[in-house]
Amino acid sequence: MFNLFLLQLLNGAQFGVLLFLVAAGLTLVFGIMDFINLAHGVLYMVGGYVMAMMMGTTGNFWLSLALVLPVTLAVGLVLELLVFRRLYDRSHLDQVLATFGLVLVLSELVRILWGSAPLSVAMPEILSGSVPLAGPMRYPVYRLAVIGVGLGVALSLWFVIARTRVGMLLRAGAANRSMVSALGTDINRLFMLVFAAGAMLAGFAGAIVSPILSVDPGMGDSILILTFVVIVIGGVGSVKGAFCAALLVGIVDTLGRMFGPILLKSLMDPAAAAQAGRTIAPMLVYILMAAVLFWRPAGLFGRAVAR
Amino acid sequence: MRLVALSTALTLSLASTALADDPVRIGVLVTLSGPPAVLGEHARDGVLLAEKALGGKVGGREVEIIVVDDEGKPDVAAQKARELVESDGADFVIGPTFSNIMTAIAAPVTQGGAILVSPNAGPSNFAGKDCNPDIFVASYQNDQMPQVLAEHMNRQGIANVYLLAPNYQAGQDSLNGFKAAYKGEVAGELFVPLGQLDFSAELAQIAATQPAAVYAFMPGGMGVNLVKQWGQAGLSSIPLMSAFTVDETTLPAEQDAALDMLTGSNWAPDLDTPGNAEFVASFRQDYGRVPSIYAMAAYDALMLIDSAVKAAGTEDRDALRAALKAADFPSLRGEFAFSTNNFPVQDFYLTKAIKDDEGNYRTSVVEKVFTAAADSYVGECPMK
Repeated sequence: MFNLFLLQLLNGAQFGVLLFLVAAGLTLVFGIMDFINLAHGVLYMVGGYVMAMMMGTTGNFWLSLALVLPVTLAVGLVLELLVFRRLYDRSHLDQVLATFGLVLVLSELVRILWGSAPLSVAMPEILSGSVPLAGPMRYPVYRLAVIGVGLGVALSLWFVIARTRVGMLLRAGAANRSMVSALGTDINRLFMLVFAAGAMLAGFAGAIVSPILSVDPGMGDSILILTFVVIVIGGVGSVKGAFCAALLVGIVDTLGRMFGPILLKSLMDPAAAAQAGRTIAPMLVYILMAAVLFWRPAGLFGRAVAR
Repeated sequence: MRLVALSTALTLSLASTALADDPVRIGVLVTLSGPPAVLGEHARDGVLLAEKALGGKVGGREVEIIVVDDEGKPDVAAQKARELVESDGADFVIGPTFSNIMTAIAAPVTQGGAILVSPNAGPSNFAGKDCNPDIFVASYQNDQMPQVLAEHMNRQGIANVYLLAPNYQAGQDSLNGFKAAYKGEVAGELFVPLGQLDFSAELAQIAATQPAAVYAFMPGGMGVNLVKQWGQAGLSSIPLMSAFTVDETTLPAEQDAALDMLTGSNWAPDLDTPGNAEFVASFRQDYGRVPSIYAMAAYDALMLIDSAVKAAGTEDRDALRAALKAADFPSLRGEFAFSTNNFPVQDFYLTKAIKDDEGNYRTSVVEKVFTAAADSYVGECPMK
């Protein structure tokens, strides 16, 4: 049982790290620009598709991964220039409507370009094995690599935000954007930078997940909801919060799915436990969110901002 | 436009000799958007290929094929079915892809005076108590595919099996269909939320249990992910047998990860029946991919309609029903007949995923499991 627990903990961490990559950009955009971007999940999908396309042409995993970064960065910049820039001063409802429309348009565009059949990306040979964990259980090397890369990105983000001038502006912007603007910082350029970097991170997440999951037109929608849960739990605008919340959500979701029914079996008869577990497990994350909001309405690391 | 159609219809009914000039109208109502769109595309392409093979005529008459997307939503499907029958004057509707849509469109189609021919969905209620003289299922009954695998496992003496399916009606039906036919022990049973793509937690559970085999029902993108993650999790030593998980719609993405995995089916691209090789070749030429059972059954559906219209026309409803029931058409599956419930009597095969000489990933027949099998609900159907 302990081995299974350890394995599920790793699975949860891997899922959490992935959520973090997507959530990092979203929480900054939401926190600093006060902008609700439902189209963030689309960038994750675009990352997956660009990766699949590059793999198709170059056949080289690492080269493709390197190419995904500038492409998704460029997509982010173009979207910011053409669409999002016009929405910053609008109400949240307008932003939700416009970005939801964008989700529909871009998903359809992806379908026109690549078709609706799921695509797949081959795993690089060197990472395709699995390492023995305990007994008959093994853990895929690639998933370990994803955890490692995610932690690396988290560390470098922390460094940028806590130790550099740009990071200082970001923190200031999250706390009080009009004051930052009044002090002579070009807030629009800062927004553009944050947005493009967020797009790149989401695209990167879509690219590194493509050897594990299939690339399909619905992949962005499925991750977006959990991403919002993550940034709400972590506190809007806090990258540190997003990191902790992403790991928390990943682990709670994974462990809940497996151990919820097992725990319930000790309380009720097996058939009812299986049925209840099946129903409750997908809700656990939202129960967690409700609990966090009850005790800390601004999220784990959020600050109550006076508006 | 409607007025013109109405007046034409009136004139035609007065001068019934002119009927032969009236085109046969056939609606194709399948799911063409969202992640499962590829299944609907295969069905649509199968119908269009059959139309081409028939020289653009059905039953020797001009044909008008109207393709409609049900968006995978029962309410949208019901609305569009009504439009097809009432506004477009469809004589036949070929659809749907998914069983939950079937319930929504059955009444609008049949009560509107058209005949419904399913190219895929075969839910148990329509095979049993809700069977209908105006509904013909050209595919299979949903329980039959898992039963092929259960029978195979019984013959192989596989002592225990772990079951995996998404938590919705078709997933539960599939596991129940399997359990009804499987004689060994069920080592465990897991339901995942519909649309879940990461199976790491479930695979760890299976690795800890070490069953003799796993049966999974994971249609579409879910199946692609399950199959890809299977080997990555080091589970290759446990056979993964599945229904609707490894087929020509998912294999292009699963590729090597799915090789040699076993599936139950009523057809495969290399099934040795008259006309099948030509069908596969022309489908590949026109649409650039290997056809799936969805394309095959849709092709058969139009061929079935063609044979019936040729024999009985569209005016005399009873004669048309009898002609459809006779199933006097060259099915790509070879032997094909209808039971009293208008569901097929056909052979079922164990198939496995292969990479053929031309580098295509597709399924291939391993052995015949059931011969001329009818479904298990036919006794509940009041039709004779």
